[in-house]
Amino acid sequence: MDKLLEVKNLHTTFFTHIGEVQAVRGISFDLELGDILGIVGESGSGKSVTSLSIMGLVDEPGKIVEGSILFDNKDLSKLTQKELSEYRGNDIAMIFQDPMTSLNPVFSIADQITTVLMRHTELTKQQARERAIELLKMVEIPEPEVRIDAYPHQFSGGMRQRAMIAMAISCNPKLLIADEPTTALDVTIQAQILELMRHLKDQINTTIMLITHDLGVVAEVCNKVIVMYGGLIMEKASVEELFKNPQHPYTIGLLQSVPRHEKGQRKRLQPIKGSPPDLLNPPKGCPFAPRCPHAMEVCIQEPSPLFNVSSTQSASCWLHHPHAPQTPGYIQVKEDAHE
Amino acid sequence: MNNKTLLLEVKNLKKHFVSGHGKHKKVLKAVDGIDFHIYRGETFGLVGESGCGKTTIGRTVIRLYHPTDGEILFDGVDLAPLSNEDLKPFRRRIQMIFQDPYASLNTRMTVSDIISEGIATHYSYSPEERQEKVVALLDKVGLKQEHASRYPHEFSGGQRQRIGIARALAVEPELIICDEPISALDVSIQAQVINMLEDLQNEMGLTYLFIAHDLSMVRHISDRIGVMYLGKMMEVAESETLYEKPLHPYTQSLLSSIPIPDPTFNMKNKRIILKGDVASPINPKPGCRFASRCRFAKDQCREIDPVLEEIEPEHFVACHFVKEINRI
Repeated sequence: MDKLLEVKNLHTTFFTHIGEVQAVRGISFDLELGDILGIVGESGSGKSVTSLSIMGLVDEPGKIVEGSILFDNKDLSKLTQKELSEYRGNDIAMIFQDPMTSLNPVFSIADQITTVLMRHTELTKQQARERAIELLKMVEIPEPEVRIDAYPHQFSGGMRQRAMIAMAISCNPKLLIADEPTTALDVTIQAQILELMRHLKDQINTTIMLITHDLGVVAEVCNKVIVMYGGLIMEKASVEELFKNPQHPYTIGLLQSVPRHEKGQRKRLQPIKGSPPDLLNPPKGCPFAPRCPHAMEVCIQEPSPLFNVSSTQSASCWLHHPHAPQTPGYIQVKEDAHE
Repeated sequence: MNNKTLLLEVKNLKKHFVSGHGKHKKVLKAVDGIDFHIYRGETFGLVGESGCGKTTIGRTVIRLYHPTDGEILFDGVDLAPLSNEDLKPFRRRIQMIFQDPYASLNTRMTVSDIISEGIATHYSYSPEERQEKVVALLDKVGLKQEHASRYPHEFSGGQRQRIGIARALAVEPELIICDEPISALDVSIQAQVINMLEDLQNEMGLTYLFIAHDLSMVRHISDRIGVMYLGKMMEVAESETLYEKPLHPYTQSLLSSIPIPDPTFNMKNKRIILKGDVASPINPKPGCRFASRCRFAKDQCREIDPVLEEIEPEHFVACHFVKEINRI
């Protein structure tokens, strides 16, 4: 399959007055055409900074200090802001979490969508407006001919998110980055928006990177997943593998923290003890080691490389090292995965 | 099951917010005639989407808001007409845990001050005794003695929520209103707080009114659940019954919208996607509040407000056509 995006050893650091916050500490992953990749992690895991780095939207005092971001074989991390703006909104578009703060309140929806269209295409103002109406129709906004002249505050949360999506897909982006697109929405509206995204993906044939903390959303929408913790990738897998056979203790812990329901039985939740690391002083070894029930000496000393478990699944956990002691019943031993 | 005693009984509770005057007068009917009851020692979950009035109910029950109409019977006493002075003993017996652990702790008070404030108000302990109580409470919520002299900003979100819980427990309440206590926390921390709330309930015989929009967590913690929509109660049932066999069309679509963390589970055929958005609670139209989005709505629904009726034992539904829809 063709690679659309290749992130290699990305480090993004924020140089704040209290010290260097190493938000992303060396991550590598690929996106293939047509993928829907989920990036899961808790607050502070580096998932949003990863997406902002790809978009070239990391602001002062933040900086990409190392690594490369190859998009269509061009390194985005080396481009100037001016060169980047040819990509942003055009080949790569983004949907943000909060549609209230990410739409400009003093411009109508029409203004905001046509601006993007006229910046990146040859359309005239009238053509751009017609295209914008078409886009609003695609995202199922009722009466688009009328609603296009509305201002963001006249829309509900779900409608604003639809307008954001319309704007994001206006130039048929090759890559669509959605950063927690449904977190601010109610469940019934979330279901509408996820349905719409799935539908649009087929229609405009785009590749999606979905950042979320909701494992349910990942299971429903994505085909691949990356689990991040403390600025590093803990596990990469296909969605089926991740939920059926998680290989990193953090992933296992996350899956056990959410309630599962078997008829009539209320099972006690199994939380992960402790709290996430402080990235001002990131731990020397595996960031999860202080909370890991299986931590060994080496885990505290050195971060683990990614060990391949199958052709599509890998975990950065020393338990997968050939010399690691076997932990029966916990991590399903590698033989299974190779079958 | 006959030994259940009522702790809280809410009857026809209304809370309207009025803005503007004369021609511009608008009435926001946040809570518009709600009935429910909570038994001693149980957890009653209240779910619904934003703007449905669930937080307003919590705040009215604890009398942070003055109800527009209705009764709030706590242990047999109606709190609705009481003055602040008369409410004081009840303020001790009902406590609250808030959503945002950053905004709900005074940044200028030490943890010890925060926790002991209520003790000082309601009991006559010496400072030393108060300090002993604080230490015991910190221990109960999994914090250390040395945390007592620190300030809220020195703690993580999960730890702050523990401080908020210790503050609520300090005055030995019977009912705790938990208003979205975990929605600001990370997944791995949510489970810690939920387990702690369950342990404390078993240990101290607490009763919870648990307000949340995370439907799978509510199912996990609640014994019975009420589902709200635009200021009205749509359905009340025991938690398993509600999730296994929801009867109201709103509950059915709400529950079918929950994303399931299992990629092999095919939701597509079961999901009922609602059309449109929640209507405005300002000057609502007559009839069932859900009628504009309901698949089964008929003329009657747009004209007459359905009453919450007991369809099966302990299963209440407010829908004119509940029997036809579910073929009961």
